[in-house]
Amino acid sequence: MAAGFKTVEPLEYYRRFLKENCRPDGRELGEFRTTTVNIGSISTADGSALVKLGNTTVICGVKAEFAAPSTDAPDKGYVVPNVDLPPLCSSRFRSGPPGEEAQVASQFIADVIENSQIIQKEDLCISPGKLVWVLYCDLICLDYDGNILDACTFALLAALKNVQLPEVTINEETALAEVNLKKKSYLNIRTHPVATSFAVFDDTLLIVDPTGEEEHLATGTLTIVMDEEGKLCCLHKPGMFPPLQS
Amino acid sequence: MEEETHTDAKIRAENGTGSSPRGPGCSLRHFACEQNLLSRPDGSASFLQGDTSVLAGVYGPAEVKVSKEIFNKATLEVILRPKIGLPGVAEKSRERLIRNTCEAVVLGTLHPRTSITVVLQVVSDAGSLLACCLNAACMALVDAGVPMRALFCGVACALDSDGTLVLDPTSKQEKEARAVLTFALDSVERKLLMSSTKGLYSDTERRYSKS
Repeated sequence: MAAGFKTVEPLEYYRRFLKENCRPDGRELGEFRTTTVNIGSISTADGSALVKLGNTTVICGVKAEFAAPSTDAPDKGYVVPNVDLPPLCSSRFRSGPPGEEAQVASQFIADVIENSQIIQKEDLCISPGKLVWVLYCDLICLDYDGNILDACTFALLAALKNVQLPEVTINEETALAEVNLKKKSYLNIRTHPVATSFAVFDDTLLIVDPTGEEEHLATGTLTIVMDEEGKLCCLHKPGMFPPLQS
Repeated sequence: MEEETHTDAKIRAENGTGSSPRGPGCSLRHFACEQNLLSRPDGSASFLQGDTSVLAGVYGPAEVKVSKEIFNKATLEVILRPKIGLPGVAEKSRERLIRNTCEAVVLGTLHPRTSITVVLQVVSDAGSLLACCLNAACMALVDAGVPMRALFCGVACALDSDGTLVLDPTSKQEKEARAVLTFALDSVERKLLMSSTKGLYSDTERRYSKS
């Protein structure tokens, strides 16, 4: 009988739970879902991590390649994130070029990397003006149940901590790069940005870590990324109705 | 939260580069708006903020594709074209921000199963681009006669390394700043509709810039 009411009036069904300060899955309004992380599962990648936030599953694989630096930043490497939301994760995504949601998520992750200075791009330099590392970070969502931005940020951070880059020396005579696969070192991760997403209901209630259904019913969403010192790296509030002043 | 009194951010009077110098207190660049300049769209507006200029056109309420129609309200679409090159992921992200802001004010329920399209073309970019786009979109929606519950405005501010706040930054100020924050505010309740930030800053600085 409750299932019938939920289909006909999903918002009203939800409001009944919110009045009691809880949610249909039994969580409190400020409670996160169980989070599990699995590091280093992809052996062919230089670094990888799988993050599960409740049902939402995101896997991140990092591959390092050589590149020539740009002339206006000869000692800076590149970090290129890409978020993919394949049809596998949810029925709302179709196959083909990346949809709007995937592009917005990719831009969000690029902003987080840029703003939080998680990696100093100078650390990725091998030989200024000639050779730098480029880290391709591919984030693929395997199961979409809301709060994709938090899961992606977390997976990216975990994967970058797992990345091991081999030592590269430039041979002076041949001017070729020599890679020493036996000597690998971890990346220098400067800050640990953590993303927290909220869903806004009826302009009054803030719910942490929304599921897919909650995101759909909410009047708006808000994502805040903070680092360890309490500095905000990113405040992503893509509109809808005004939030409460906090 | 107790450190609210410690950060002593001041609004600095900035001498504008090229354009007229800004007076103390009112540190926005010279801005101008022209409506109804294009003949084909239902509404159009050109918004200038200093040297940043954005042209907006609004088509709607018009016929909508069956795949995109929403049964009880209008489908809002925003297309942002950069000055050079093809639109990329950054444009998509900005389109989403502008679309969500417009959706919050436009009374879509008055025109169900229609589409309202806002097309923005960047004519020149000299800082505060997202704020200028928001303003141009609002003016164009007004010119098209789309029913709205409020007007909204976009404003950008830059925080530099010593915590000084500069409103409506030029591109040089944006590059040198530690953080750039863009907000969209509505006209009726003066509430925050959208915020987008770039860079590292503390929570107290964010509260100060919002006020």
